[in-house]
Amino acid sequence: MNPIQSEIRNFVAENFLFGEDPESLQNDDSFLETGIIDSTGVLELVAFIEDQYHVEVDDDELVPENLDSINRLIDFIDSKLKELA
Amino acid sequence: MCGIAGFIRTDRRPVEQAELKKMIATLNHRGPDASGTQVLDSVGLAHSRLSIVDLAGGLQPMQTPDGMLSVTFNGEIFNHIELRAELQQKGYQFQTHSDTEVILLMYAEYGPECVHHFNGQWAFAIHDRRKQEVFLSRDRMGIRPLVYTQTPSRFCFASEIKALFALPDVERRVDHTALNQLFTFWSPLPPRTFFAGVSELPPGHSMIVKDGNVKIWQYWNLDYSPNEDNRSLDDWADELRSLLINATQLRLRADVSVGAYLSGGLDSSITAAIIRNYTNAPLNTFSVNFNDKDFDESQFQQEMITELGTDHQTVCCSYDDIGRIFPTVIQHTEKPVLRTAPAPMFLLSKLVRESQFKVVMTGEGADEVFGGYDLFKETKIRRFWSRQPDSKIRPLLLKRLYPYMKNLQAQSPDYLKAFFKIREDELDSPFFSHLPRWDLTAKLKTFFSDDLKQELQAQDPQAEFQQQLPAQFSEWPSFCQAQYLEAINLMPGYILSSQGDRMAMGNSVEGRFPFLDYRVVEFASRVPVRFKMNGLNEKFLLKYALRDLIPDSIRQRPKQPYRSPDAHSFIDSNSQRARFAYVNELLSPECLEAHGLFQPTAVQRLVKKMEQGRAIGTRDNMALVGILSTQILVEQMINGQTVTAGKETTAPATITS
Repeated sequence: MNPIQSEIRNFVAENFLFGEDPESLQNDDSFLETGIIDSTGVLELVAFIEDQYHVEVDDDELVPENLDSINRLIDFIDSKLKELA
Repeated sequence: MCGIAGFIRTDRRPVEQAELKKMIATLNHRGPDASGTQVLDSVGLAHSRLSIVDLAGGLQPMQTPDGMLSVTFNGEIFNHIELRAELQQKGYQFQTHSDTEVILLMYAEYGPECVHHFNGQWAFAIHDRRKQEVFLSRDRMGIRPLVYTQTPSRFCFASEIKALFALPDVERRVDHTALNQLFTFWSPLPPRTFFAGVSELPPGHSMIVKDGNVKIWQYWNLDYSPNEDNRSLDDWADELRSLLINATQLRLRADVSVGAYLSGGLDSSITAAIIRNYTNAPLNTFSVNFNDKDFDESQFQQEMITELGTDHQTVCCSYDDIGRIFPTVIQHTEKPVLRTAPAPMFLLSKLVRESQFKVVMTGEGADEVFGGYDLFKETKIRRFWSRQPDSKIRPLLLKRLYPYMKNLQAQSPDYLKAFFKIREDELDSPFFSHLPRWDLTAKLKTFFSDDLKQELQAQDPQAEFQQQLPAQFSEWPSFCQAQYLEAINLMPGYILSSQGDRMAMGNSVEGRFPFLDYRVVEFASRVPVRFKMNGLNEKFLLKYALRDLIPDSIRQRPKQPYRSPDAHSFIDSNSQRARFAYVNELLSPECLEAHGLFQPTAVQRLVKKMEQGRAIGTRDNMALVGILSTQILVEQMINGQTVTAGKETTAPATITS
């Protein structure tokens, strides 16, 4: 597991899964469709990404395509880090 | 307002007066002015009195002079003067000026059909010696509570469950199905209560108990059947205005002073303005506001105070006030709650009582009756969007919803669409309007313990609710279906009970609700939908009908539901610890394990998140309040332990006048 993946999985498990088995979450599962994340959850996710990886998420990047699964998050963070490099 | 209790022995053993006294002692808060018991045959009746009408002559239980009928009654029959005149014309003679005696003699004349003549809020039991039966009834909207249980040796009833638990043969156990329903709908579905074996008589129902058998029937229900009424807006408005003025005047009938709540919203402003403009009653008003400005409406309250020139008092609530009073609040609600909103209402009724008022008028019910909630707007937008699911413009209307929810307003249009996305199978669901709320609430069940999840796996709360819908429900307009669901579920199950009767009666205060006069409710069910919500302008007819009494700033302000701080009231993210020891104790792994309802690990994660100030969402806040209130309830009512805020008690809530 790459470090970003494990950090994201931990964050999601600690903050959104509570009573569910973290292992049951697949990397491609949609947070919206599984009901894991509500409107506040999106804001929590973005705050986590900004703090953890020192990137800025623009308003037009706040779309499910970037944030709605572990894999999408990994890709999005990767692309943001490349921009910074 | 009062408390009632009693039982009917089915085992031929004598009725113990001491047991009746034990029962009624638990309801002293509902009626601190007097109490009484009566034993006749196998029936025991008990009453605790809050004297409001006929202060000298309304003692209960009350009996007819021939001893054939006895009643114990909680509530008010507002049209008792008119009914008394009718009965006198028929030759009946009265010994008192009370509405209690009117109930007795109306029953003598009409039997169980008497309830159709009543305009009021009631829960009562009448012992009919001739028929050897007991007749019980509850008002149409479910304003006054009535619970009952059957043991092998008796049928018992009371205003509150704690009176039933005063009897040694009444079992104390959590009803897991009710918990499952509450964590979906915010309240168990009647007749279920939070406790196994204890039922509530649903609103608009009556029952007869005879020879150990119970017969229950519905005597009134809402009906939104479409009608071909082509009346003009002005016509509807004139009738509504007359009805509301009359409903308010009727509800000012009392032999004690009547106050009014003033929240800063439209509904309580209308009630207060009618009192000011159409009666000679002095206008004393009461408000609650908050240190946390996110919840505070004092600016709007002040406008109405100035407009009406009222004698006004305010209680200001801090996080500590809410957390400190919460165990007492739950002792009164007798069911878990998912928000702290009842707590400030408890502090408000305390202020009313300390100001020497026993009766208070409120604007409760207007949102349900005239379509004021954002949920109705949301339903309308989702229906409109569903006609063209690919539209990019239609979902942007969602931005008009929930202006007070900062987190939702911060969302991108794409996410907003995703959150409100309509599934194909939802379109034909009778619960279309409520699915977003119920789905969000049901997420809280992730905190249930593994054993409880397993036990509830096969249950389907929505399917059970669907069985309770009237046959003609599917013929009603979508807007009215949403109104009906709100009126039979959340209103009696939470708004009028946990936030209403229980919080007011906890301080011996009676609430009265002009918008819930059954004539207003029936009138509103006939009003065309376009006059209830015009475009996205909610309560359009109500605003129009009373437009000259209410300042534009109040009439045109965005709807803001009454809310109060949740998690912050229990956990201080600045010091990263719980504000009160009881919170730590009841949410500890040991206590959670012992009660067996919630997963300790999951709750610990949630608490940690809150301590770090990261739990800012509705779902997390509802989870904490729901879990904590359930734990308090089990500790108090199943285990019989006292839960208090202990030494951490802060100064009492600030009062200004």
